[in-house]
Amino acid sequence: MEVLYFAWVRERIGIPKERVESSAATVNDLIAELKAREPRYEAAFADLSALRVALNQELSEFDAPLAGVREVAFFPPMTGG
Amino acid sequence: MRISVQAEAFDPGAEVNAFTATCAEAAAANVGAIVTFSGLVRADDGMQAMEIEHYPGMTERAITEIAETAQRRWSLGDVLVIHRHGRLTAGEVIMMVAAAARHRKDAFEAAEYLMDYLKSRAPFWKKELGPEGADWVAAKDADEDALKRW
Repeated sequence: MEVLYFAWVRERIGIPKERVESSAATVNDLIAELKAREPRYEAAFADLSALRVALNQELSEFDAPLAGVREVAFFPPMTGG
Repeated sequence: MRISVQAEAFDPGAEVNAFTATCAEAAAANVGAIVTFSGLVRADDGMQAMEIEHYPGMTERAITEIAETAQRRWSLGDVLVIHRHGRLTAGEVIMMVAAAARHRKDAFEAAEYLMDYLKSRAPFWKKELGPEGADWVAAKDADEDALKRW
């Protein structure tokens, strides 16, 4: 799947997107896999209350299943308008 | 309905005129009230510029969903949302919404609804560039609370 990062999440991880091969069942499982990789992921995902997740471009929850998901995006709360 | 997510500057006056003309032509839409809102970059604390990042694809989808919900709820004759991204300096127009309804109460409410949802549910992130450096704008609890009234 394609994993995208925006705003300070992108800056902390250092890339805007990447292809991730994962068998994670839920978003939480995927986050655990990413955090285990490198400290920069650990830093980005340290406080989940400061993060939001979108699955296939729809706002979702961290316990949501990843079956059929092609695109996962992590970002801070939105500040439009 | 017109949704535009763009880097280019736009003329809010020209947009209001075009929107009004479209509503006037579509007499069947029975539009008696148009409410518009424009948001500008404020020069808070010596802020010089703002960088607006967005999520191409999701941004358009999210705004379309917000606008369609407003259109159904207030039986709007037409809706317009323009939101810019990229680098903007103080005084520039960031975005605007316009809502056309049969009566003004619906048009005012729909415009407020659009603004409340664009603030917290459209994937934009603002970074302020000031004398002390660059900082991401944090979302306010008040903006999240504002959604509860709808």
